Amino acid sequence: MATTEHKHPNYMAIFWYLAILTVVEIAVIYMPLAKFTIGALLCALALGKATLVAMYFMHLKFETRTLGLVAVTPLVIATLLVFVLLPDGFAVVKRTMDVKAATTEPAKH
Amino acid sequence: MSQAAAMHGHGAVEPAESPVTPESWGKLGMWIFLAGDAVGFGTLLAGYGAMRATSGDWPRPFDVLGINLTAIMTFLLICSSVTMVKALEWLGKGDKGRAQNYLFYTALGGAIFVSLQAYEWSHLIHRGLHINGNPWGASLFGTSFFLVTGFHGLHVTGGVIYLLSILRMVARRPLPAASYNAVEIAGLYWHFVDLVWIMVFTFMYLL
Repeated sequence: MATTEHKHPNYMAIFWYLAILTVVEIAVIYMPLAKFTIGALLCALALGKATLVAMYFMHLKFETRTLGLVAVTPLVIATLLVFVLLPDGFAVVKRTMDVKAATTEPAKH
Repeated sequence: MSQAAAMHGHGAVEPAESPVTPESWGKLGMWIFLAGDAVGFGTLLAGYGAMRATSGDWPRPFDVLGINLTAIMTFLLICSSVTMVKALEWLGKGDKGRAQNYLFYTALGGAIFVSLQAYEWSHLIHRGLHINGNPWGASLFGTSFFLVTGFHGLHVTGGVIYLLSILRMVARRPLPAASYNAVEIAGLYWHFVDLVWIMVFTFMYLL
């Protein structure tokens, strides 16, 4: 990707990348792959598209590194948040399963 | 020194006084606002992921929502991002007329997007997807769907109003260069809304 002095990358090329990646995303969900593989592929494709938009449409590639740090901070916070929420969520799942086990066991006797 | 520069008002800022965004303080302001807004969306999506991962009867979004219309909406938003960069490019070249046209196309794309979303919502509500329950499984599925897509839809609606007011400003200022900075900042917001939709489309429709 040529970096021009006037900060105008080839926008139509970015548009085609985004359009093609969207088609690939939709194709991926119809592919006979494992659920985890599809999920990982979709996440990677979404991040790739988001990076293209931020880097070229929002000109982040041509900005200072400090502004890049400002832009990346929310991604880090959101990723951490998933790990904050998951333990509590799985505790609920485990408790539900324990309750199910406790209620089904006496019925067998 | 930086405070003194801020007091100068809306004029161009000396490069040495704003090392993060040399062009203007407004650009830095918009980036910081967007970073905060992104935390809002990040929180919604992370919460969505955690609720879904720990739910026993979460419906497969693909089966309930369908993706044909949403794929068109995604494409539409990408197109409107392109018209936005074109508007800025023409303004930079000094062609005010073309810049205004492209700004109008961008706002139009956003307006069509919101209309399609309203159409989609009304169909889903008609089929039984409500904010407090649905026939397919976990009631939080409907709650989170309306919350996240609604929050994004409000951003698009606000963006259309923002773009139209910027369009009016460009039309009123005789010099194209005088509105370049404001159009670039509006573009940042608009591309951000596009970026968020890329995430929402992937996590709430495809996954």
